[in-house]
Amino acid sequence: MRADPAEYRLFSPGNLQAVLSLLAGEPAQWLPIAGGTDVMVLYSAGKLPNRKLINIWNIPELRQIEVFSDRIRIGAACTYTALRRHDIVSREFPLLATAASWTGGIANQNRGTLGGNIANASPAADSLPALLVYDAEVTLISVRGERRVAYRNFHTGYKQTALAADELIRDISLPREFSGYVWHTRKAGARNAQAISKVCLAALGQIANGTIRDVRLALGSVAPVPLRLDETEHALTGKRIEPALIETARTSVAKEIRPIDDIRSTARYRTAVAGNLVAEFLYKLAAEGANA
Amino acid sequence: MNPSQESCAKCEVSFTVNGEQKKVLVHPMERLLDVLRNDLGLTGTKEGCGEGECGSCSVLLDGMLVNSCLVPVAQASGASIVTIEGMSAHVLMKPLQEAFLECGGAQCGICTPGMILAAVHLLEKKPEPALADIREWLAGNLCRCTGYMQIFEAVAKAARGKVAK
Repeated sequence: MRADPAEYRLFSPGNLQAVLSLLAGEPAQWLPIAGGTDVMVLYSAGKLPNRKLINIWNIPELRQIEVFSDRIRIGAACTYTALRRHDIVSREFPLLATAASWTGGIANQNRGTLGGNIANASPAADSLPALLVYDAEVTLISVRGERRVAYRNFHTGYKQTALAADELIRDISLPREFSGYVWHTRKAGARNAQAISKVCLAALGQIANGTIRDVRLALGSVAPVPLRLDETEHALTGKRIEPALIETARTSVAKEIRPIDDIRSTARYRTAVAGNLVAEFLYKLAAEGANA
Repeated sequence: MNPSQESCAKCEVSFTVNGEQKKVLVHPMERLLDVLRNDLGLTGTKEGCGEGECGSCSVLLDGMLVNSCLVPVAQASGASIVTIEGMSAHVLMKPLQEAFLECGGAQCGICTPGMILAAVHLLEKKPEPALADIREWLAGNLCRCTGYMQIFEAVAKAARGKVAK
């Protein structure tokens, strides 16, 4: 049943303070809408529970990418297109730039935002594993002030987040510490564009003296939340990459993930592919990391 | 004024469509797609899936390709919109039309306005696209007739023709 526009309100305050006041005045009543690539789909299908929407597409503070010596700060309403076009994002955060290029098609990349992807909190979102391995931090803002939350603690359960009812995601901050890492990302989906992943990997690693000095692995679509593979990382760190270690990695990945059967894939397929993707990364790390 | 009261009613939204200033009285959550088709009679913009998957409703919003089914009309306030109807005088239109005809890039026609706009969006940014560019920039536009190769060929041909001239 299609939504009747007359039943919905959409207010465009045009500045951040007014947005926050509205959110604080009636907490949980107003749903922020930026590029609409998630919200409008639900709305059009008549499945949007909220009747009051607040436009944050035109808030300048949320659209900036600021570069500091030690980090970059990405406004929550920056689009995938803005991420792909940004020089520092492309050069130093290729996992994020690549994930942005996989998200939807060009038209959806022109509208979809990184903050929206985080707030929508789908475990299948393509950009979120990249944020996990880059140790992203999100700034949440409300009339009460702002607070920073490590992105790895942001998703508290399936579609559950640390965002309070009066808070808005203001920005996503990434430390500029990973330009020397070997990176690998891969999406297994029915189609490159416009397809939600069956499994998606973002991985970073460094080799020193023939052993893994640091490794960072995150997977999408294998758990209720985007998942950082702490135990597998721990099992790999300090080790030399050889066939036995790759088998150890597969076993550990299979133990650590919690995939389900759904319309896109099966738990069994996801487990096999997750192990394959991590193995593929380790081969790449062994080949490229020695020279890095 | 209580904003929630104000924004439930219809409101005036102004924007430029195909170079002409327009003012419409609409509910702010109406889809830009519906306003273009129903209020402004610009039915060249098609509805396919209505959920941002197919690209049939593509328009250029301030020069950026968007799915107009996912844009609440209030977010288009002050914007410059180009629909397929606005492309008739565009320098890329003749080469694209001719190439689509010659290559068989249009069959039933539902995807064609979106395909043309996606191609224009590409060629304005990359006048000499590789096949991979064409595939990527048109990946959000689905066609159930052609099998795509004719469309990709048409865009490549239009680009070559345009560059040759």
